[in-house]
Amino acid sequence: MATRTKEEAASRYRELGLAEQDLLDMYRTMITARLCDEAQFRLNRQGKAPFVVPVSGHEGCQIGSAWPYRKGTDVFVPYYRDMGICLVAGMTPRDVFLAVFGKRDDPSSGGRQMPAHWSSRRLGILTGSSPIATQIPHAAGVAYAIKYRGEDAVVGCWFGDGATSEGDWHEGLNFSGVHKLPVVWYCENNKYAISVPLSKQMAVKDVAMRAQAYGFEGVVVQGNDVLGCYEASKNAIDKARHGGGPTLIEMKTYRFHPHTSDDDDRTYRSREEVEEAKRNDSLIVFGEYLKEVGVIDDQGIAAMRDELKAMIDTEVDAAWAASDPEPESALLHVFADVGPTDQADSTGTQQDATGNERLETIGGEATPSEAPSA
Amino acid sequence: MTEKNVVQTIHDTLWEAMKSDDRVLVLGEDVGARGGVFRATAGFLDEFGEARVIDTPLAESGIVGVAIGMAMHGLRPVAEIQFADFIHPAFDQLVSEAARIRYRSDGDWGCPMVVRAPWGGGVHGALYHSQSIEAFYGHVPGLKVVLPSTPYDVKGILLSALEDPDPVLFLEHKKTYRLIKGDVPEGHYTVPIGKADVKRDGDDLTVIAYGLMMHLCLEAANRLEEEEGISAEVVDVRTIAPLDKETILDSVRKTGKAMVVYEDNRTYGAGAEISATIAEELMFDLDGPIVRIGGPDVPGMPFSTPLEHFFMPDAEKIYERMKELAKF
Repeated sequence: MATRTKEEAASRYRELGLAEQDLLDMYRTMITARLCDEAQFRLNRQGKAPFVVPVSGHEGCQIGSAWPYRKGTDVFVPYYRDMGICLVAGMTPRDVFLAVFGKRDDPSSGGRQMPAHWSSRRLGILTGSSPIATQIPHAAGVAYAIKYRGEDAVVGCWFGDGATSEGDWHEGLNFSGVHKLPVVWYCENNKYAISVPLSKQMAVKDVAMRAQAYGFEGVVVQGNDVLGCYEASKNAIDKARHGGGPTLIEMKTYRFHPHTSDDDDRTYRSREEVEEAKRNDSLIVFGEYLKEVGVIDDQGIAAMRDELKAMIDTEVDAAWAASDPEPESALLHVFADVGPTDQADSTGTQQDATGNERLETIGGEATPSEAPSA
Repeated sequence: MTEKNVVQTIHDTLWEAMKSDDRVLVLGEDVGARGGVFRATAGFLDEFGEARVIDTPLAESGIVGVAIGMAMHGLRPVAEIQFADFIHPAFDQLVSEAARIRYRSDGDWGCPMVVRAPWGGGVHGALYHSQSIEAFYGHVPGLKVVLPSTPYDVKGILLSALEDPDPVLFLEHKKTYRLIKGDVPEGHYTVPIGKADVKRDGDDLTVIAYGLMMHLCLEAANRLEEEEGISAEVVDVRTIAPLDKETILDSVRKTGKAMVVYEDNRTYGAGAEISATIAEELMFDLDGPIVRIGGPDVPGMPFSTPLEHFFMPDAEKIYERMKELAKF
């Protein structure tokens, strides 16, 4: 590294409007995601978790890009690898493991969906599915509703590189460009859609180039540069919030583990390639930066890891001991169980004089449900 | 009370709904300046403006997907698919997304939206402007599939659909658009989703149908009464999912004979489910075999008049089979 002073290095985060505590909180969230990932893989190998979706390698771009959002008003539309996004949005390690074990109080689905199919109306996280890129038009629709209702909110929508080949991806981005919607599109480009490499996914160098076809800006950032992702995201969010329309941000990243616990990545990529990517791990890069600017030292990092590890172990145990869903509850929630009027009352909505609903909480209609464990 | 045809009723009902609730907006291909290819939204753009009358890009999956997002953020979108035949790209959005949003979020999220689509044949629409799609979606728990066939029901069920907290696929038989007229009350009223309706009382046999076929069955039943003195009860299904088994079974229990008529390909059509329900529940009440009339199992309705006539069940065919069953 070139010889720069501590002050020169610190000017970067200060110019972004971040304080020392912000950096520590971001780093803490990154480590939390990594340790949750390690724990869920361990549980998978122990036979306690049938299926897990890893996040390792993506923490930098996820925490960096999600950090500037306003919790409580903005809307998160993640995909299955986005544990880091959801931790920023307000999910907890307990929530993660309730889903891993398919427990009743899993806030995303009450144990109905596979783990990593994030959802929480309370936290503004849209429910997602397994088919790829189906959430893209949803994000555009939410953004349209935000603009139509004159709200001061922005939608963030995340997806992988494979998603960009889907028709829904094109249809959603195109709609957002036509209507100049308050949405930011994030591609976590980790170079593989399960096994299919970029060279077989697209004939262009950067996903970001595709933004031109939709009439808005495309930006490329390095996914292991947390502050770079934060900066690109913050600029795009500010632009979207002030009527400037969408931005497509491509974050070049890498996944350290197979696609899921059921995949074997040795069949399609070399160990050398994976090891090389791990040397550029965002946790290492950001940790070095934090030491350089003097907000933490090696001892502090070790203490933080130990503390988080102990906390996650506790949360794993608590989630493991939590109640399973009642078998017959599989029949619930096919349709709303209550009429529209009752429903409006139960979701914190109010009727104004014209009979129109004014939402006090994030999101659309819902039946009553217990607040997820905080 | 005003006499209106089906498409005018849809137009006026949507108009009133948009007047009274600014969460309601329409989106689809040609719904704006053109007012819809069937004119269901004629004049809407001038009255309600571009923000509420959205001429979308030509992308059916996107239309439904965007509507889902709107519905999840407090709006009541009415998405128009120009022809039901073109809804297939949106199958994933309807089946994997809209239908499962409430279930997969354990009741946390809902998806209150209406998707309108003109379906059915008899208009020289050939393979790609004549399809019946109700069975594809009737199979999917989480979706409500309605297909009212009279102006009165069209208004009442459309208003129910707009107030429903869950996604409703609202199918409009395009041949009924201008052919079928009826009295429509002024003001707000609803007809419940999930309730069939006895459109003609009778004692000798029950005929179960929906859409254009329901009208052909009424025509055949009237002729049967006049010419043969046979009294047929006609049940209008109105909602394919969730199916009102009670009304259907009550009628068949009374008459002891059942005939199901639909213009979809016969095999695995909605009539198959209705027939199976009757067979399961009423074995010892039946005085004759369940008769099922459907379109032939060919990939689509052909264009040429004799070919199209061959495909579509008509009042004459229905009349003959009704007479046969009554005399069984």
